[in-house]
Amino acid sequence: MERLKADVVVIGAGVTGTAVARELARYQLKVFLVEKHPDVACGCTKANTAIVHAGYDATPGTWKAKLNVRGAAVYPQVCRELEVEFKPTGSLVVALAEDQVPHLYELLNRGYVNGVPDLKVIGRDELLAKEPYVNPKAVAALWAPTAGLVNPWGLAIAQAENAAENGVEVLLGAPVVGIDVTDGLVTAVQTPDVIIETRYVVNAGGRYSDEIARMVGQDDFRIVPRKGEYYVFDKRFGYMANCPLFPVPTAISKGILVTPSVDKNLLIGPNAQDQEDKEDLDTTAEGLQEVLSEALTMMPDLPVKDAITNFAGLRAVARPSNDFVLGPAPGVPNFINAAGIQSPGLTSAPAVAEVVRDYLQMAGLELKGKKKFNPFRKGIVTFRDKSHEEQARLIQEDPRYGQIVCRCETVTEAEIVQALNRPIPCTTIDGVKRRTRAGMGRCQAGFCTPRVVEIMARELGLSWDEITKKGGASRLLLGQTKCSAAVKGAGKDA
Amino acid sequence: MRSIKYDVVVIGAGPAGLAAASRAKAMGVKRVLLVDRDREPGGILQQCIHNGFGLHLFKEELTGPEYAYKFIEESYASGVEFLMNTMVLTIQPDRQIYAINRKVGMLKIEAQAIVLAMGCRERNRGAVTIPGSRPSGIFTAGTAQRFVNMEGYMPGRHVVILGSGDIGLIMARRFTWEGAKVEGVFEIMPYSNGLNRNIVQCLKDNNIPLHLSHTVTKVHGNERIEAVTVSQVDEHFTPLSGSEQVIPCDTLLLSVGLIPENELSRDAGIHIDPVIGGPVVTDEMETTLAGVFACGNVVHVHDLVDNVTRESWLAGEGAARLVLGQQPTRDLVTTKAGSGVRYVVPHKIHVENLATRTTTLYLRVLQPEENVRVELVSGTKSLFSVHQRVVRPAEMVSINVPPKRITATAGEELMVRLVREGDKA
Amino acid sequence: MSTIYELTCIACPMGCQIKTKVQQDKIISIKGNSCKRGELYAQDEIFRPMRVITSTVRVQGGVLPVVPVRTAEPIPKDKIGVALQEIACITVTAPVKFHQVIVPNIADTGVSVVASRPLAAKEGGEKTA
Repeated sequence: MERLKADVVVIGAGVTGTAVARELARYQLKVFLVEKHPDVACGCTKANTAIVHAGYDATPGTWKAKLNVRGAAVYPQVCRELEVEFKPTGSLVVALAEDQVPHLYELLNRGYVNGVPDLKVIGRDELLAKEPYVNPKAVAALWAPTAGLVNPWGLAIAQAENAAENGVEVLLGAPVVGIDVTDGLVTAVQTPDVIIETRYVVNAGGRYSDEIARMVGQDDFRIVPRKGEYYVFDKRFGYMANCPLFPVPTAISKGILVTPSVDKNLLIGPNAQDQEDKEDLDTTAEGLQEVLSEALTMMPDLPVKDAITNFAGLRAVARPSNDFVLGPAPGVPNFINAAGIQSPGLTSAPAVAEVVRDYLQMAGLELKGKKKFNPFRKGIVTFRDKSHEEQARLIQEDPRYGQIVCRCETVTEAEIVQALNRPIPCTTIDGVKRRTRAGMGRCQAGFCTPRVVEIMARELGLSWDEITKKGGASRLLLGQTKCSAAVKGAGKDA
Repeated sequence: MRSIKYDVVVIGAGPAGLAAASRAKAMGVKRVLLVDRDREPGGILQQCIHNGFGLHLFKEELTGPEYAYKFIEESYASGVEFLMNTMVLTIQPDRQIYAINRKVGMLKIEAQAIVLAMGCRERNRGAVTIPGSRPSGIFTAGTAQRFVNMEGYMPGRHVVILGSGDIGLIMARRFTWEGAKVEGVFEIMPYSNGLNRNIVQCLKDNNIPLHLSHTVTKVHGNERIEAVTVSQVDEHFTPLSGSEQVIPCDTLLLSVGLIPENELSRDAGIHIDPVIGGPVVTDEMETTLAGVFACGNVVHVHDLVDNVTRESWLAGEGAARLVLGQQPTRDLVTTKAGSGVRYVVPHKIHVENLATRTTTLYLRVLQPEENVRVELVSGTKSLFSVHQRVVRPAEMVSINVPPKRITATAGEELMVRLVREGDKA
Repeated sequence: MSTIYELTCIACPMGCQIKTKVQQDKIISIKGNSCKRGELYAQDEIFRPMRVITSTVRVQGGVLPVVPVRTAEPIPKDKIGVALQEIACITVTAPVKFHQVIVPNIADTGVSVVASRPLAAKEGGEKTA
């Protein structure tokens, strides 16, 4: 077994873990980011509402409240540095009846306490001018101008790439199977292939962060996954919402909302269903129906027939606190948790990374800045959002820009080849999809799959039937035709 | 940026585009260009390797590639120019087309007339909402067909098929003939959506059961699909609890309908009929944007390629007549779907054409009926009718109205409806 | 002794369910068909069911790895299995011509299997002798 040496091992490469890794990359440290999936951003990060929240929701004094507002404030800069799309759309909480209006003021006050800037309650006319497709029965809304839209997996990938470019070692397909603790201190992290001797560990294990904590004897919280289901609608209808439209929130969630995505799709969801199973990402007929009927209350003209896909995501809710679990494990000062990161976890990620850094420092980690740290990361140069002149120039520079692979999202071969040759290895069809949007459009990969597989096989030096959707047993093709053993039985019933 | 000029530019070199282009050329148009994103013409026919194409037009059962070959040869011979591996990005209302390919880069193509022949795409899992997990192994029937017939790979070996559309039935046989096991075809409607011939020759020949009023209610498996739950549905398509049955499989094929691909048309500002998903067209196959024509599956989904060809000849002629300054007078009557009819194409007919040529109306019915008359009505007056022994939603009905058979005046509305024989209208 | 055959007629979209009674290689009763075409269909389907088979064969050095093929004429239904096995074992070399004969006498039926399309050789690919 290979033995490696680290100053810090960050467990989990979701949006939190990658933010921590990137933050630590600023210092003269040997950092490992270990992830059990074959790619980054495969857990909660890949399936959520993709909103940067303003921060009026959380109970004042909680981590959620503090870090949401701080996170939202730094988002524009982080996204600029990493070339991740961030749209400062603002957001609205819509009161659909008079008796909901007091809730808006409650949120306004809470937001004020939490330090959310520029909140205001707007009347019906202003609301309908901003959002013409909202239910005309709406009476007022809370306007939060600092909210926005982001691509969550795009951010996680960018953070991981930037971390890797600044010296962080990223180990994919490396589940943590054990953590060695000697005399109340973590000494090593074990994966099936390597043992990493380390001075510090950060637990950003998402849904599994409680199980990781238990490896060092911490047993004071557990993660209860809370499922949320969503529908995505054709881009054609992205115009129907200019910003996230929340209903007045309930006790356990912000309610089922209607929102545009950064990529101009219309998204509705999520509902909220607590469950035990951490792998159960099934959508359900009842859940989807709930999402649809509540979203229709917000937007009666929702293009129901133009849904292009639906999915479910899990929130990693920590019990009993219901708050983020941040800081050292009791009795193990060099094991720092960044656990229970549920909504507003995406918004808080950059702030969580700062808090984790501070905890590491408090636990004795010396933070010496790296002179050559480069905060800037260049993304894949996309074709679809360019002018015809710029597109012409791109094709001239690289003819592969002249080959459209995904017609629904206008993704070219050049972009797919770039996705396959970046600092973080991309080896799955879903990985290509998350990096380029190939297959995310209205045909949902019907036309481009054979072409994507062809390019992947060529670039990765694999045969077509070795390509997987998401690693493991998720092969797309099960061998060639004319495979003699199978065809011998062919037509025997005929 | 290179700029080129053509009289007629046809977008899409499938059966519709090929027929339209060669017909425009045959009508005397000088410069006709066919643009297609694929590396070779023929469109989806190249992957439809089964026979059954051309029965109406040629009285023989060609395979898809053979049918395509006839038209590719004809187009080449007639002097149509081909621009392959080229993707059209936008069509402007002034009929300027922006397209790209790897050799030339960005191209601006100016056209006097444009024919849209982009075909259709398949409805997928998202469009029909099948709950459950999201593993690999779920394919639309056409994607699976491409892998098997053109790339030589098997998407799976143990297959469940949802939807009894023709491609699904054809693929049931195709998988069986490649040694895979097909568990069954499940159709939510109480009747099949495929041609009888395919039910007999693809399913019955291979002992593959067809379960009507059934649907897939859950997908199982996290990495590769491991099973599906199928349930019987009631008359409102609601799954009946207690009827669930788990069927192990490694592949789920979806054959649940097709959607015309009109993103370019929409962006150009062309009116789309929401019922068919394609442009509103005249009997010349001209859309609401003057000089832009459309034909084949981009207008409405056909079940027989023969009808695509016929319709595309009209579009080619229409485009040619525009270029040659021979368009009919713009006096139009409109058509409308009446009782029992889901839609009628074309939406508008030139009064002049009603007098000078046979006018074909394509329609789809709402539900299966036997022993009916398809009747053309203006106000309360029956103008024309034909008897049909049987009509089914899966099979497009075409009605030929001979020249001068009906007379109409501009602005009149012709309603097409079904009347049961024996019933008084 | 008579045998009963139940068929779905494919002569038209009607899809009549035809029930026939057959005795000593002759149809002695037929029910359910609504026209003469149904009777002819039943006659053929019972005594000499024939099918065109379509498949692909592997290609070396072509722009695609497989080329579609068909039997030039329908072959007896009970020969389909053998025919498919023969087809599965063949590899041809590009270029392939339209209607090029791939198997001259498939499954001993006297019918040939032909290519449904031309298939060009891959540029810079293997050259054939």
